Amino acid sequence: MTTAAPLSTTPVSKSEGKKLSAASSAKSKLTSPWASLVAIVIAVLWTIPTFGLLVSSFRPEDQIKKTGWWTFFSDPTLTLDNYRAVFDAENGVNLADYLLNSVVITIPAVLIPLCLASLAAYAFAWMNFPGKNFLFITIFALQIVPLQVTLLPLLQLFVTMDIDGTFWTLWLSHSTFALPLAIYLLHNFIKEVPSSLIEAARIDGAGHVSIFFRVLLPLLTPALAAFGIFQFLWVWNDLLVALTFTGAPEISPMTVQLSNLSGTRGTAWYLLSAGAFVSIVIPVTVFLLLQRYFVRGLLAGSVKG
Amino acid sequence: MFTTASTAGQKIGQMFAAILLFAAVVGLILFIAGRFTGKRDRAIAALYLLPTLVLLSVGLLYPGLRTIYQSFLDASLTNFVGLDNYKTIFSDPEQLTVLRNTAFWVLLTPFVATAIGLLYAILVDRARVESFAKALVFLPMSISFVAASVIWKFVYEYRPDQRNVQQIGLLNEFVVMFGGKPVQFLIESPLNTFLLIVILVWIQAGFAMTVLSAAIKAIPDDIVEAARLDGVGPWGMFRFVTLPAIRPAVVVVLTTIAIGTLKVFDIVQTMTGGRFETSVIANEFYSQTFRSDNRGFGAALAVVLFILVIPIVVYNIRQLRRSEA
Repeated sequence: MTTAAPLSTTPVSKSEGKKLSAASSAKSKLTSPWASLVAIVIAVLWTIPTFGLLVSSFRPEDQIKKTGWWTFFSDPTLTLDNYRAVFDAENGVNLADYLLNSVVITIPAVLIPLCLASLAAYAFAWMNFPGKNFLFITIFALQIVPLQVTLLPLLQLFVTMDIDGTFWTLWLSHSTFALPLAIYLLHNFIKEVPSSLIEAARIDGAGHVSIFFRVLLPLLTPALAAFGIFQFLWVWNDLLVALTFTGAPEISPMTVQLSNLSGTRGTAWYLLSAGAFVSIVIPVTVFLLLQRYFVRGLLAGSVKG
Repeated sequence: MFTTASTAGQKIGQMFAAILLFAAVVGLILFIAGRFTGKRDRAIAALYLLPTLVLLSVGLLYPGLRTIYQSFLDASLTNFVGLDNYKTIFSDPEQLTVLRNTAFWVLLTPFVATAIGLLYAILVDRARVESFAKALVFLPMSISFVAASVIWKFVYEYRPDQRNVQQIGLLNEFVVMFGGKPVQFLIESPLNTFLLIVILVWIQAGFAMTVLSAAIKAIPDDIVEAARLDGVGPWGMFRFVTLPAIRPAVVVVLTTIAIGTLKVFDIVQTMTGGRFETSVIANEFYSQTFRSDNRGFGAALAVVLFILVIPIVVYNIRQLRRSEA
């Protein structure tokens, strides 16, 4: 529903000219030095916690426990031991396994809803059948159902189906939870394709299948990317669904392991700092590379979950 | 294929098998649809919608209805207890703390995060380093709540006030620097709840900033120019030009963050596990259902969560309708 808001999410081309926006003219009169100072304060406040973690992750174990990360500036000692430790099976925390689990969980959980939602969105956008509007609104409304409402019955269902403790629980549940948003998002995009394009293809004798693949799919790429990235980050960063369905450590993702590490008594700071950083690197890279699409997916998917 | 994978090879194999299986389903549907010639929309639409409808009814609709039913049952889901679970939620002192905390979260997070996001969006608007400055504030949005919590553990950590013991948490270091005694930030209630809220504000401000910045840039230049020629000052510009123009976006941001905040679980779970009077509904749901096996009660909490989301969504839709009219 948020896409209905009159927002332009595509980055505005930076006109270097003298055009002033309302905000910038408000700002410039707010005596610029103060405005800059406030902006810098916010930026620093937002960056320091992460910076502290980054520095900590490279400090030796006994120093992390005894002194704050800022002592690094007076006594700089760096080591890669923490990173070695989190990838060392002898510590019992081998993060490589959990990293693999996160990958194995995330890829199908992104691809499956993408395929199924494309089909459904196409049907809603370009076909006529009884009950279409009712069905579409129902699916749209399902977006607001909190996951919590579904978890226990789903777990019981998975036990009955005898797939509890397998990746299928996560693939199926993440895919299901993603469908309402994916269908809504893709439907909006497909709807915007000019009907003359579809008509022309029809006249050429193309059926629904070839229209979908030859006409729509190429146009749909930005929407698929937007949803794909949103869903990727959602699944990768999820803790609740993973905690609920992965009783077995064999299939737990990074978030579960990180949460376990941070919950144990006498926190293992050196493992925690390096582990957290390993888990951050992938989503941040994806975000930096595909920022444009990510923002779009985020705007559209903000009520999900 | 439907077993617990334990080796790396098995895991990757299962992953590809799952992808192939769903690709095959889609392929089969397309193949059958291709057989229908002419305008047999109904049959093809039914085919296209089939997998979606199956997943949604089995994975979302049925469990949702079942949870509503279970919320009237006892802990082991065997006996009918009427509205007892709901009565407990609204009368038990512990649960009232949970409700109070949830109220703190939902009332504070959206407004503080939006205010900071808006302020920052205005301050860096068309600055030379705008995209870099924005990325700094936006990055927390892309990491998991668990990782964010770990980051903030290094800020809130407490070490006892003794000789030769140094603080390793940044906040306590500042407290000590200014002559105070270190505080057990995560244990002292209700302070701890507010400090957990800070983490979510830290995450969500970037979202608010991104959306509002896009809205600010969409304000037509001639309106701004006209206001300036009329001699509107900076505050007036914000109050009478910027704010009315971005009002729909502000509503979307506020309601979106509010809905997300209602369901906040990861932060509480990772930071305190809901102890020290920090629990919120979503966390309480998890501990009651899966830790205490108090299942009927957990279901009732989930339903309360659902009911609380609805007015926010309705408000959101109404505001959008009004702004479109």
